[in-house]
Amino acid sequence: MFQMTNVTKAYRTDLLETHALREFSLAVDKGEFVAVTGPSGSGKTTFLNVAGLLESFDSGTYRLDGEDVSKLDDDARSRVRNHKIGFIFQSFNLIPDLNVFDNVDVPLRYRRMPAAERRERINSALDLVGLSSRVKHLPSQLSGGQQQRVAIARALAGDPALLLADEPTGNLDSLMARQVMDLLEQINGMGTTIVMVTHDPELARRAHRNVQVIDGQITDYKPYESHSATVTVLHPAADATYG
Amino acid sequence: MFAYDLRLALDSMKRHPGLAALMVLAIALGIAVCTVTFTMYHAMATNPIPDKSSQLYAVTLDTWSAERPYDDQKPENPPQLLTYRDATYLYQSKAAQRSLVMYKSGALLVPDREGVKPYNSQLRVTTHEFFPMFDVPFRYGQGWDEAADLGPAPVVVIGHETNEKVFGGENSVGRTLRLGKVEYRVVGVLEPWAPSPKFFDLNNGAFEDPEDAYIPFGWGAKLELPVYGNINCWKPDNGEGYQAFLNSECIWLQFWAELPTVADRDKYQAFIDNYARAQKAAGRFPRPLNNRLYDVGAWLDRNEVVQRDNRVLIGIALMFLGVCLVNVVGLLLAKFLNAAPLAGLRRALGASRRDIVRQHMTEVLVIGLAGGLLGLLLAVVGLAGIRAVYASDFNGGAYERLTQVDPVVVLVTLGLSLVAGAIAGLYPSWRIGRTAPAIYLKTQ
Repeated sequence: MFQMTNVTKAYRTDLLETHALREFSLAVDKGEFVAVTGPSGSGKTTFLNVAGLLESFDSGTYRLDGEDVSKLDDDARSRVRNHKIGFIFQSFNLIPDLNVFDNVDVPLRYRRMPAAERRERINSALDLVGLSSRVKHLPSQLSGGQQQRVAIARALAGDPALLLADEPTGNLDSLMARQVMDLLEQINGMGTTIVMVTHDPELARRAHRNVQVIDGQITDYKPYESHSATVTVLHPAADATYG
Repeated sequence: MFAYDLRLALDSMKRHPGLAALMVLAIALGIAVCTVTFTMYHAMATNPIPDKSSQLYAVTLDTWSAERPYDDQKPENPPQLLTYRDATYLYQSKAAQRSLVMYKSGALLVPDREGVKPYNSQLRVTTHEFFPMFDVPFRYGQGWDEAADLGPAPVVVIGHETNEKVFGGENSVGRTLRLGKVEYRVVGVLEPWAPSPKFFDLNNGAFEDPEDAYIPFGWGAKLELPVYGNINCWKPDNGEGYQAFLNSECIWLQFWAELPTVADRDKYQAFIDNYARAQKAAGRFPRPLNNRLYDVGAWLDRNEVVQRDNRVLIGIALMFLGVCLVNVVGLLLAKFLNAAPLAGLRRALGASRRDIVRQHMTEVLVIGLAGGLLGLLLAVVGLAGIRAVYASDFNGGAYERLTQVDPVVVLVTLGLSLVAGAIAGLYPSWRIGRTAPAIYLKTQ
């Protein structure tokens, strides 16, 4: 699905240079569900931002869905984000003044999709997350779990090849977190590749594999028994592809 | 996408109604001030006879004193008016395709209609070319001919309002109208006609109402009709009485020539120069040769119909609009940057920078348009206020005309409001378009 090779990313101020990613290499296959864990400040979110083309990086290469996206200009990056990537955020990031339907509609609008097709996609995405009866509700009228399901519907409506989730259950209680995880597993089962950043080892354990990031580098990988067959990690220290 | 952007713009304005109202009001004030000044400037600067303005020439001769120029401030300018002797000579020479001599006068109009009292009417005493030369539109009948000028024949052309007042708006051609001591036969009734500026006679103000009625030039001398304009003399009359006045060096007549081509104009210039030389040889025209032909545009400039103050006023109004826009820019920046997280989110979901800029520019243009409409309303109120203040002024009619909002002004106002909105919104929209998508996603 994507392959990052020796990606580096540093944040610079007049006084400081902070290396968020160092020689970061990771390959994710189509249909995988990868959990990225690591302590705060280790570079997990930077990795996710780079993977989602939300931020550029300093060196290295990044191929997404067979296309080298390292050097794309801003317009092209927006287009790739819109067509190939879905985002789920910890704080849901719904637009407070738009109702559920219109929130899910946002990425489709930027795809200049005809109204009928948008409506169909929105309805089926909301069906999938079980919120088709709440289309007129504003985010403030929904529970946290429901809001995250709306965010998932928004991410799915565009039928992305890659779903990036940043602590998707971080703001939810355990019951709702479990429901959201069930939903993500269901979506992954339908063929969507998912990369999820999480602090929660329980959730990480439900992914196909777990990638640990420390100090901007992948330091270890822990294939859980049930999914160990699908692991593919590139590590700077290793020059072979694990399979 | 425009409909979507428009919806977002309206939603955004509804979300912060106070801020939106403040911006609309700021633009409206700037637009209103500009509209008021532009309306008056436009009325002053409009070409009153666009089809013929380059073919009609005010004819001037420098007949003034050797001791000092006619205008100390602008000594290069010859006087605007002619003496009776010179005007009648030029007129009788027929050197132009058409020419006319005229002045403004007045007489008591005695209506033959119950309930309408006699009143002092304004008259234009003119030769017959007045109507075809100035493309004067007739509702009924027509003007008179050369024979009527010479006669003079007791014929009159009346204005639309006079016809309404005296004859109830009927076709009054053939009816009689008493002006002073003479009963005139109505030969023509004009359509509503009020060229603005009143280029052919700027003596009593460039924006005064047209005359109530028009009579053949010959009546002026025959009845010794008074001059309702300027009479300027640099030399005492040689004798007494009206005939002495006609023979004097006093200037009081307007003279216009129709010269369709540049060659016609050059030929006519040579003609009046030769005439002036002949007069010099006869002991008149003591000043250096300075005879000028002014087309309508040059005539309005020469007479400073649009005064420098008005142009300065336009500049000040635009500066005021600029100050309003600077305030709007500040408010927009605050508003847009406050909403940067949402812009970042939209960017993350696939909006390009262009999409974000367009969305915010749409909002700015809606604000600009709303400001324009409110500004137009305020301008209409402001202009009505000016009319009310000057209604009792002797030149109230001029203010009435100058303060009319016309379609051009409405279009310019709306265009100006959109441009103003676009200028005010460009930087804030560009700034918000540069929002990095990742920055606010964690913190939103």
